[in-house]
Amino acid sequence: MSVRRLAAVQPESFAFTPENAAWADRQIAKYPEGRQASAVIPLLWKAQEQAGGWLPEPAIRAVAEKLGMAHIRVLEIATFYTMFNLEPVGRHFVQLCGTTPCMLRGAEELKEVCRRKIGPERHVTADGALSWLEVECLGACANAPMVQINYDYFEDLSPEVFGKILDDLAAGRPVTPGSQNGRQMSAPLGGPTTLTDPALYERPAPTKGTSQEVPDLQAAGRPSTAAQSPGDPLGAASAKEEKAINGKDSREKREAVAATAQDNSPDVTGSKRVGPKTGTGVRDPEE
Amino acid sequence: MAKIIVDGTEVDVPAEYTLLQACEVAGVEIPRFCFHERLSIAGNCRMCLVEVKGGPPKPTASCAMAVKDLRPGSNGEPPVVLTKSPMVKKAREGVMEFLLINHPLDCPICDQGGECDLQDQAMAYGVDTSRFAENKRAVEDKYIGPLVRTSMNRCIHCTRCVRFSTEVAGVPDLGAIGRGEDMEITTYLEHAMRSEMQGNVADLCPVGALTHKPYAFHARPWELGKTESIDVMDAAGSNIRIDTRGREVMRILPRTSEAVNEEWISDKTRYVWDGLKTQRLDRPYVRRDGRLAPATWTEAFDAIAAKVKAADPTRIGALVGDLATVEEAFALKGLMDGLGSGNIDCRQDGAALDPAHGRASYVFNPGIAGIEEAGAILIVGSDPRHEAPVINARIRKRWRATAGTLKVGLIGAPVDLTYPCDYLGAGPDSLADLAGTGTFADVLKAADKPLVIVGQAALARPDGAAILALAARLAVAVGAVKDGWNGFAVLHTAAGRVGALDVGCVPAAGASDAAAMAAPGGLDVAFLLGADEIEVAPGAFTVYIGTHGDRGAHRADVILPGAAYSEKSGLYVNTEGRVQFANRAAFPPGDAREDWAVLRALSEVLGTKLPYDSLFALRAALVAAHPHLGRLDVLEPAGADAVIALGQTSGTTDRAAFGLAVTDFYLTNPIARASAVMAECSALRLGGATAVAAE
Repeated sequence: MSVRRLAAVQPESFAFTPENAAWADRQIAKYPEGRQASAVIPLLWKAQEQAGGWLPEPAIRAVAEKLGMAHIRVLEIATFYTMFNLEPVGRHFVQLCGTTPCMLRGAEELKEVCRRKIGPERHVTADGALSWLEVECLGACANAPMVQINYDYFEDLSPEVFGKILDDLAAGRPVTPGSQNGRQMSAPLGGPTTLTDPALYERPAPTKGTSQEVPDLQAAGRPSTAAQSPGDPLGAASAKEEKAINGKDSREKREAVAATAQDNSPDVTGSKRVGPKTGTGVRDPEE
Repeated sequence: MAKIIVDGTEVDVPAEYTLLQACEVAGVEIPRFCFHERLSIAGNCRMCLVEVKGGPPKPTASCAMAVKDLRPGSNGEPPVVLTKSPMVKKAREGVMEFLLINHPLDCPICDQGGECDLQDQAMAYGVDTSRFAENKRAVEDKYIGPLVRTSMNRCIHCTRCVRFSTEVAGVPDLGAIGRGEDMEITTYLEHAMRSEMQGNVADLCPVGALTHKPYAFHARPWELGKTESIDVMDAAGSNIRIDTRGREVMRILPRTSEAVNEEWISDKTRYVWDGLKTQRLDRPYVRRDGRLAPATWTEAFDAIAAKVKAADPTRIGALVGDLATVEEAFALKGLMDGLGSGNIDCRQDGAALDPAHGRASYVFNPGIAGIEEAGAILIVGSDPRHEAPVINARIRKRWRATAGTLKVGLIGAPVDLTYPCDYLGAGPDSLADLAGTGTFADVLKAADKPLVIVGQAALARPDGAAILALAARLAVAVGAVKDGWNGFAVLHTAAGRVGALDVGCVPAAGASDAAAMAAPGGLDVAFLLGADEIEVAPGAFTVYIGTHGDRGAHRADVILPGAAYSEKSGLYVNTEGRVQFANRAAFPPGDAREDWAVLRALSEVLGTKLPYDSLFALRAALVAAHPHLGRLDVLEPAGADAVIALGQTSGTTDRAAFGLAVTDFYLTNPIARASAVMAECSALRLGGATAVAAE
């Protein structure tokens, strides 16, 4: 994250449009008398929208005055939250996720695309169309790598596809948000890979006295606790046995690690642990 | 009350006490940076970590956890706090190491060096090395005004300054922008702070990030002589400590006094000290051929004696200035009595206060600490924020303690007091309305302990006596004067005023008051004891006894150099009637002498020798004449009868609105007017005002 400070060049003034002012009044009215300051984030957000995606200094003052707050209080908030942009952004503001899953899936190459097509981070293109910023996880890891452009997510990007999106945006052509490789949401590429047996979806004729067959779509996909066919890896051992084996195995490992750590590290807590506790915070049912 | 065991000592404390307070009750010191008794709890420095049993199984910030948050042991034994366990030691060392990661190693050039919490606590609780090998962060220094210097690399983000300016001063200028490693303390776009108490943030700063700009690089704390004294910049009588090196006053700091100033002082109190060094009168002067020429004491005394002996006693008068000690006022009154003149007055501004009505008619009866009991407050003709900032801070404290429900009514100039108030009107008419049927009168009546504060702007006018009577009548009517509570409070602006009124420095029957003495042809010989706030009309032979080349000295025919408040020992009576003792911290410059000694020497030359040869003898005579002045640091309960009687006097008020008793906070007395720092603050404030008006 970069240092967030007000931009050097600022507009002369800022005033909410009548519609936005009315909207702001409705937000303020949500809070009890004397608690108007609670509306500061919605108002800043509206001001950012109105100002073209960034928050000029006069807007900070305007919000402070509307809410009866000290200017510095609003500046504190505007500089704290990273979704408030303190310097101008492009009409299409690309927020590129560079956190681990996206990085592993090729975010570095997307950054290269940005640098080539837009310029350095936070640079606005001459026509004002594009600018980009690397941000922390946007929560679409299953569709990594991804970017957010204004309010839309563009997922499953490749450098070529992403480059084309940027070109289209710069040229004013329509683009389609969402996954760019044909997936539906975060469903598997090329359609479902499990539960594909049509028989699962056929509703069997009701048979009297047997509830074992579980004629329920929701329950159909889950491994039954009862032992199933020997070929089924989940059903091979009973859940209890499996847990006992794995639990013991991993627990021994953890104990070994903990013991080493305790020997090597200075005593943090002041009291050496006596029992072979695992320290995972999860209580082992076998204990 | 709840029991808790601190390091093996069981103590019984109120359940809402924090662990830190409980530890202090048990006599255990807990290191801290962000915690301050008079500010809200932030809990962000983590220096006060302790180990608890009965709470979270990890080091706990003792400033932010209350005794009642801990649960007792399984057999009902009290919760346990350990402050010397290995866990606590390690936690403190860890916190200290983190704090020092980004703290520069510039103690040798840091003004805080020698009185730095971080330095001291690093020695006491830290370790000797750091494992941090990377670059330290660098932060640009901020401009936050002419009084507080910043060195932001040193900041440890305790936010005490932010909390002080928001909570106590009520002028929320400071804030913390950015987050994480980029967090910085600043004002909005680095404008100057606008509080009258901003210097306190430098006192609060536990490191050297905020230091006193005028004092920067001047001295080290261990080379300073420390003298406990009393401030004279306003009538609150703040307790101060004057730090001197040799003959020079280097700085002024507050002393903790719960009854008066808590631990805050105003900027004028704190930064006026450079005014003690400039414009000083360091030898007698006599006016010859229209020009003041240096003279010896003998020449000066002879010149005075010649004029006084030629004058009719009723044509001789004296004015007591705003910074005079009680002893000087008493000596001057003795001198005038000896000369056979009743013309003496301490009320340069013409305030209609008269000791004849009783002491309760001119003091702040409930006391400054009494503000914290007030149920509703009416302010008449006063701007406490600028007339006595620490008293205003006390009112604000009360307002905050009542969660903003305290009703404050204001009659007079519409001023920003830092807390909301009901503006009731501008002049005496509004006060008269209130005494009749005003709705705010109901608020006062409904309040348990209503407080009526009358300022000098309401009294220093021709109808002042009537207004004072009206206010007293109102106070009695709304129940502000009753058993156990006298809520009639006169807020003075002059430090010497109450003391001078106590010793009766008002005209005798038929004699001239200040305005009459200063009027053309009022007097033949006028003695001004540091009286600089009044213009004596040409004609009278004027003797000025004072410290600074201010208005009085320019007007004078003879100047007798005196001692400033830091250069003499004396008694001051503050606005609440509390007698406080000021020690001498330095010596007067050149030939200047303590004012009482000047008056004593002058009396001998004038043939009416005052009957005391030492300050102790003078003080003994003073206490013999006025016994209450011998009881230091206590509030004499002034009888309610005086207020009731005052309310029964009558008079007519005119319709003019109340003005301001203090128009320029930074330039209210000769010392402040000689101070370059105060001049800069004043210019900044005026410039700021015009800039705001232009917007």
